[in-house]
Amino acid sequence: MEMLTLLCLFSTYLLASSINIEENAGQFFSSGHTNNWAVLVCTSRFWFNYRHVANTLSVYRSVKRLGIPDSHIVLMLADDMACNHRNPKPATVFSHKNMELNVYGDDVEVDYRGYEVTVENFLRVLTGRLPPSTPRSKRLLSDDRSNILIYLTGHGGNGFLKFQDSEEISNVELADAFEQMWQKRRYNELLFIIDTCQGASMYERFYSPNLMALASSQVGEDSLSHQPDLAIGVHLMDRYTFYLLEFLEDIHPASKTNMNDLFKVCPKSHCVSTPGHRTDLFLRDPGSVLVTDFFGSVRKVELTMETINLTGHIKQWEESTSLRTGRARGIVA
Amino acid sequence: MAARRRLVSALLVFLCASSVFSGAESQEATLTGGHRAAAVDDPPTDTERAEQAAEQPAVEERRWEATEVEEATPDEAAGEKQDTSAPGTAAPSSAPQPKDDFQEELVVRPLHSGDIYASFQFRTLWETDFTRENKVSHYRLFPKSLGQVISKFSVRELHISFTQGYWRTMQWGQPFLPSPPGAELWVWFQDSVTDVDGTWKELTNVLSGIFCASLNFIDSTNTVQPSASFKPLGIGNEATDHRFLRYATLPREIVCTENLTPWKKLLPCGSKAGLAVLLKSEKLFHSSFHSQAVHIRPVCEDRQCKTTSWELRQTLNVVFDLYTSGQGKREWSLFKMFSRTLTEACPLASSSKIYIDVTDNPQGEQFELSPATALLSQAVVLGDRRTFSVYDLTQQITFGSVRSLNLLIRWKSTEGDMLRPLLHAERYVAGYGLQTGEIHTLMYNNHPYRSFPVLLLDSVPWYLRLYIHTLTVTSKGKDNKPSYIHYQPSKDRLRPHLLEMLVQLPPNSVTEVTVQFERALLKWTEYTPDPNHGFYVGSSVISSLVPSIVAMDTNSTLKRPLFSSFFPCKEESSFFVRIYTEPLLVNLPTPDFSMPYNVICLTCTVVAVGYGSLYNLLTRSFQIEEPSPGLAKRIANIIRKMRGVPPL
Repeated sequence: MEMLTLLCLFSTYLLASSINIEENAGQFFSSGHTNNWAVLVCTSRFWFNYRHVANTLSVYRSVKRLGIPDSHIVLMLADDMACNHRNPKPATVFSHKNMELNVYGDDVEVDYRGYEVTVENFLRVLTGRLPPSTPRSKRLLSDDRSNILIYLTGHGGNGFLKFQDSEEISNVELADAFEQMWQKRRYNELLFIIDTCQGASMYERFYSPNLMALASSQVGEDSLSHQPDLAIGVHLMDRYTFYLLEFLEDIHPASKTNMNDLFKVCPKSHCVSTPGHRTDLFLRDPGSVLVTDFFGSVRKVELTMETINLTGHIKQWEESTSLRTGRARGIVA
Repeated sequence: MAARRRLVSALLVFLCASSVFSGAESQEATLTGGHRAAAVDDPPTDTERAEQAAEQPAVEERRWEATEVEEATPDEAAGEKQDTSAPGTAAPSSAPQPKDDFQEELVVRPLHSGDIYASFQFRTLWETDFTRENKVSHYRLFPKSLGQVISKFSVRELHISFTQGYWRTMQWGQPFLPSPPGAELWVWFQDSVTDVDGTWKELTNVLSGIFCASLNFIDSTNTVQPSASFKPLGIGNEATDHRFLRYATLPREIVCTENLTPWKKLLPCGSKAGLAVLLKSEKLFHSSFHSQAVHIRPVCEDRQCKTTSWELRQTLNVVFDLYTSGQGKREWSLFKMFSRTLTEACPLASSSKIYIDVTDNPQGEQFELSPATALLSQAVVLGDRRTFSVYDLTQQITFGSVRSLNLLIRWKSTEGDMLRPLLHAERYVAGYGLQTGEIHTLMYNNHPYRSFPVLLLDSVPWYLRLYIHTLTVTSKGKDNKPSYIHYQPSKDRLRPHLLEMLVQLPPNSVTEVTVQFERALLKWTEYTPDPNHGFYVGSSVISSLVPSIVAMDTNSTLKRPLFSSFFPCKEESSFFVRIYTEPLLVNLPTPDFSMPYNVICLTCTVVAVGYGSLYNLLTRSFQIEEPSPGLAKRIANIIRKMRGVPPL
């Protein structure tokens, strides 16, 4: 009698778990993108802007850890901090005082560096209008099923972002670049994160669909840096990206955290400035968008029940090659 | 009761099995279905398939030993039919695999100042022809990215180096492979290239993607065509048309982990095995000098040059400082230098060796080397016969019982002289102000009685306008006329100055080359974002055949260590040396880019001076005023006013 009840319980448990698998599989295919790209830009030059390079490298590190390969990341660093002669520990960029985490690492590929990081090059990368001799690693080869993450950091103001202390990009130009990308079908969904002073002004003018934006401070507020390191002598990171990095370190490729958690990353008590976000142009509900949709590179696998007979094709190929070599041998002999 | 229980447990097991294996079942069904379909399709060839299956392992065995396949196939006429029917084995029987070979070595040379110099060389030799029409498609040891670059851009020789720091010849001696600070790229193209400038531009862009460097800044304003200084280092050293040569330097280019990572990925074993595990960026970049380079050239396999092969050399030179890396203690080990020890050689390498220079230590009185090794080797390098202790990493015995090799060099005494380098050069800018200046290049010949000629190559950017009529070459106070001068003047914003001279250096002397220049004012868009840092002028290149102390070996095809076989040697009494001077940093007249401050000052001044004077002119009126009375009178007036009497 007990065996029978045990049997019934066991069978119901199996049924329930199989339904759960179906649900998980269904969720897997809900986002609609097939590949991920990231464009990470640091726009500041000079040693005292060490923290902007550390910001960009920490996002680079998280994005690589969650699966996006170097070939799908365009990393632009306006100055070299790791091998700068003022760096007391060469080939390292630290994100935390006491030098706990070296975000530069051993396996880093910087695509645009030094004087190459200009407004023109940035817009050309976004819109894809590059000279024909540009190598692949410097191109954003996205298509209409790509989810792109764009991260900008540096010094900014109300409606502009400063590039290398000599030129600016305005929010109107950025919005127009995204509209070009939309019209050329260069993205499926785009997440734009900016960590500068008055960062919210940069996403005010967006008008293309499927854009979600986050900024570290509102118009009229400054984004502050986190903490200095006395050995290195400069501030190591900005507050917003510091807490963003902490949040991302807990994410793994199978994690189910969604965008609503990302919006809460740096409350005013930690950040001093008020982070903002914009989701009105985004078609899906932010609560159903996973963080790994943009920061990770989750490959979709489609299972099929069909069988494909390959042996016929192999025989054809065999015959064609034997004919070719036979003919060649005939000529030689 | 027991039977019922048995039935229930059987049901349970069946349920489990059905639910857990439901997914796999369908897969298995497809596989078996496929097999059955295949069997149905060709039953008559069953016997053939059995034959194929039998001789498949035999054919695969043959593929491993490529050389035997070449000899076997012409003889085996009977086996031909079977070869053609077996899938995928048609390739090795009709075209033999080209032979390729990989060697790695590390040379450690203790320097007289207490620093230590380590030079890695990785060489891949491949007997293939990149220039034939049938594209090379199967790469084994040779990296595919570089092979495609060679064939697409019809490159005959390619030399690229990235350097951080400046090589101090007087303290460290001559390097095995010289390189200038920054990035340097020089390329010889094949004779078949029609548009060399266009190909050069595309090549620099492709290389900037491969090495993660901003080599795309190489354009016509910093590219020159040297006529005599950069002869090919491979085959074809004699008759060459310098129209197919391009040379460019970027003195500002930094080298960091992002350049080391793709460089390491070009090695066959990557950074996983062999000597490349020592290449850790945190130690390599915390050094006085770091240089990594890639050299590609065609070489002869034998004395008569019947077969040629492509040689790829990847070199990395690093000098560790006694105080920053060595903590002041004169004791060096592999672990102290690289924070790693060696555990195995690269399995793909035919030879993997470490050479320690013990020439100054014949009886072990200066330093002690452990673990001890019985292998000694002598090589003639840089005009001197040096003795080396050799560690062969392909022998398991080198690693000892702890399975890891950590070489330790401990100093006992600090005496000993350094061999003074015969050729040495310096360069600096003289003058004051931002209008004019003078470039001085000094070349030292330290040989006591021999004089020898040197080729000096100077490439100066267009914004330093050289006055060539002020060029003077003096040795020992007297005028020294160069026997060959090639000068190409610059064109603003198009090409730089090129000056090549062949100067004979008298023995034991200093030769000074001076030329005056004027600084140009650039257009405001041409300034870099940090113009107050200054503008760089690339290093001068001094190439020379220096008399050697011992006879050099002129047979290039003998088996020699890699570090002694880089530069070709044509005669026994001299060896080739190339040294680079310091790059120059000059300030150009820079406008003040702090616009808001200037605008506010100017506007306020204009407003104050202009508007203020106009307002005064219009509204000022003049009145006559009486002089004020003395103090006594004023007091008297006050008393009178109090009394009600009119004042004085």
